[in-house]
Amino acid sequence: MSAEIVIPYNDTERPDTGLYNAKLGVWLFLASEVMLFGALFSSYILLRVSADRWENGAEILNVPLATLNTMVLIASSVTMVLSWAALKAKNFPRYRLCMGLTFLAGVGFLIIKTLEYGAKFEHGIRPADSTFMAIYFTMTGLHALHVIGGMIVNGYLLGPGAKMWFTEPRRFTNRIEVAGLYWHFVDLVWIFLFPTLYLLPGK
Amino acid sequence: MSAHTHDDHSHAHEPGFVRKYIFSTDHKWIGIQYGFTALVFLFFGFCLVMLMRWQLAYPGVPFPVEFLNKWLGEARMPGGVMAPEFYNQLGAMHGTIMIFLGVVPLAVGAFGNYLVPLQVGAQDMAFPKLNMASYWVYFIGGVVMMVSFFVPGGAAQSGWTSYSPLANITVPGGAELWGRLLTGQSLWLVGMVFLITSSLLGSVNIIVTIVQLRAPGLTWMRLPFLVWAQLVTSFLLLLAFPPLEAAGILQLMDRLAGTSFFLPSGLVVSGKELVASGGGSALLWQHLFWFLAHPEVYVLILPALGIVGEVIANNTRKPLWGYKSLVYSAIFLGFMSFIVWAHHMFLTGMGTTINAFFQTTTMIISVPSIVILTAMILSLWGGSIRFTVPMLFALAFLPMFGIGGLTGLPLGLATSDIHLHDTYYVIGHFHYVVAPGTLFALFAGIYHWFPKVTGRKMNETLGKVHFWVSLLAINGVFLPMFVQGLAGVSRRLYDGGTIYLHAQDVLVLNKVMSHSAWLLGAAQVVFIINFFWTLWAGKKAENDNPWEATTLEWATPTPPPHGNFAQIPAVYRGPYEYSVPGAKRDFTPQHLPQEA
Repeated sequence: MSAEIVIPYNDTERPDTGLYNAKLGVWLFLASEVMLFGALFSSYILLRVSADRWENGAEILNVPLATLNTMVLIASSVTMVLSWAALKAKNFPRYRLCMGLTFLAGVGFLIIKTLEYGAKFEHGIRPADSTFMAIYFTMTGLHALHVIGGMIVNGYLLGPGAKMWFTEPRRFTNRIEVAGLYWHFVDLVWIFLFPTLYLLPGK
Repeated sequence: MSAHTHDDHSHAHEPGFVRKYIFSTDHKWIGIQYGFTALVFLFFGFCLVMLMRWQLAYPGVPFPVEFLNKWLGEARMPGGVMAPEFYNQLGAMHGTIMIFLGVVPLAVGAFGNYLVPLQVGAQDMAFPKLNMASYWVYFIGGVVMMVSFFVPGGAAQSGWTSYSPLANITVPGGAELWGRLLTGQSLWLVGMVFLITSSLLGSVNIIVTIVQLRAPGLTWMRLPFLVWAQLVTSFLLLLAFPPLEAAGILQLMDRLAGTSFFLPSGLVVSGKELVASGGGSALLWQHLFWFLAHPEVYVLILPALGIVGEVIANNTRKPLWGYKSLVYSAIFLGFMSFIVWAHHMFLTGMGTTINAFFQTTTMIISVPSIVILTAMILSLWGGSIRFTVPMLFALAFLPMFGIGGLTGLPLGLATSDIHLHDTYYVIGHFHYVVAPGTLFALFAGIYHWFPKVTGRKMNETLGKVHFWVSLLAINGVFLPMFVQGLAGVSRRLYDGGTIYLHAQDVLVLNKVMSHSAWLLGAAQVVFIINFFWTLWAGKKAENDNPWEATTLEWATPTPPPHGNFAQIPAVYRGPYEYSVPGAKRDFTPQHLPQEA
């Protein structure tokens, strides 16, 4: 007996909750991500408060490069929204363009980050040097992993996953929205990381 | 996610063996996978402690089982006597396995997976493929933990709490990155990241299923209490686990990349100053760890309370007393559990102001726990109780959890905690909550839902033997711990306290506890025999609803087929309409329209 299972509210909102499943799912997932990065930011505060000295981020780190990276990431969030809006307007080619730009921005972010890391290693700067460098590498590294994760999802939705547009357009549009929520979150984490690590003066 | 396209395929022919039994997306089979794996881990974790108890009862006497000594080897059991390092490994891994590989996967992975979709009237979980992924990520985490026994230096040995800086410096593993990774503690951290990811995915799935897939008519206040318990539990897993993941990443950085997140400056190890940048905080680890680990206690107990609620209502043939106060208490409990964590840290020198805050919140959180326990006990009043095996376990749960909870109060008060901290009293306290508490409830659940899962009822006589021997033995293990703890015996002594003057009067209890533990092990053999014997040859359940229960899982065929319900049921009433005046039968199922 193999009754066909169709999970309800996959592509439509449940009337009394006003949500489709994946949207609730991703918000819950992001809540846990907030706790993950929240714990790391709390660790930063606790370590900094109890430290005797703390490096001035702007002296060790490359602020212009990081500013550029912030721009790149914010731009990618905009193109991400535009790709969703394109699907809402049933404009699939424009979706491809915007999603492609989002993906490229992700690549750009990682290239710049790699340059930054590379320069640090060339100068012999390691996580083990100080608590500041340790938390810098840990938090930006974990953030970069999140960027890579988001790019895998975006790449899938741009390439093989895009076929769904022709069979279940509504569900595909929802997927872009969900992926977008995650991408904005990754963006937002960076917007907290940038001033905390690069701009806050030392002591 | 594309379950749709797959089903189009499977219509033509049945899914193959691999998709049906190994990489299944059916919540029931995943639940069974979780349950079976977790039971194996539980028994394994229990074996570790049975081994430890020999060393505690007979310190320095060679272990009498020759072949086991030979198998464990000279490094672990030199001359048949347990090496101190191996004792520490067993202790750390016992806690880790029991909690993260045993009880949580059984309570949430197995019972949550199997029962939540059935009880809310859904065909499956909201994300079936994610569900499969959760199980396999858990499985990988378990494998990593097992592998860690065989790397140089053995498994993690800094306690299940992995306190820094001890956990940072134990078996560092040399200069090479690979060597550092292949150490017990590093693998413990990697394994934990897998287990955390697994329970994160699982809890998202359970919450979405409960919120989105409730059958028509199943309003929030008509949900079985078990579903509420699973919902609150999932929120705790979702929000409390990530800080431990963060802590795990930081400790892994310390061990692999040489950072000093948890290493204070000027640390001296074995007479030599440790080469590290320093500036870290040992207290930070404890904060991050206990931010998870206190809500974790409620992750362990809430599903148990849910199961006990179901079993009690069914076997007293009465509605649960104070259903709404149970629900509100569970939610309040979940909320409060996030702001009590530092009561584990009264002796770390946080200061009296912080202690006062956390002891106050700790006293507050005992209120909803007592409300829940009181409601359960009052539910018994005036019921015509059926003393089935699941009911016996559920009934025993009430006083056992009561002892566990009440003995926690002196630990929650900063002043009395000074004397009791890190003694056997603590071990006795939390084992009463988790072992004769949660585990008894989980046994109740296994006996109760076995006929639905397999179509066969477990043997009553063997079940009663299992119950009575377990009840006797488990109290023999944990009750003496209070006595030892009050006498001041530390929980971390390799020889059970033999060399300490203040422990001499209570040393004999070590033998009582050890023999009780082995008796408890023997009682579980009865359960294992019953389990497998029932699977092959047990008495068939007389119908789809052998316990005459009201909730939706009993409205399915037995065992429930793929998709559970032939048709999504409509729900007409609350979950516990037993003995309704004027009704034809003493139970009125949720899915039946009003009977004439």
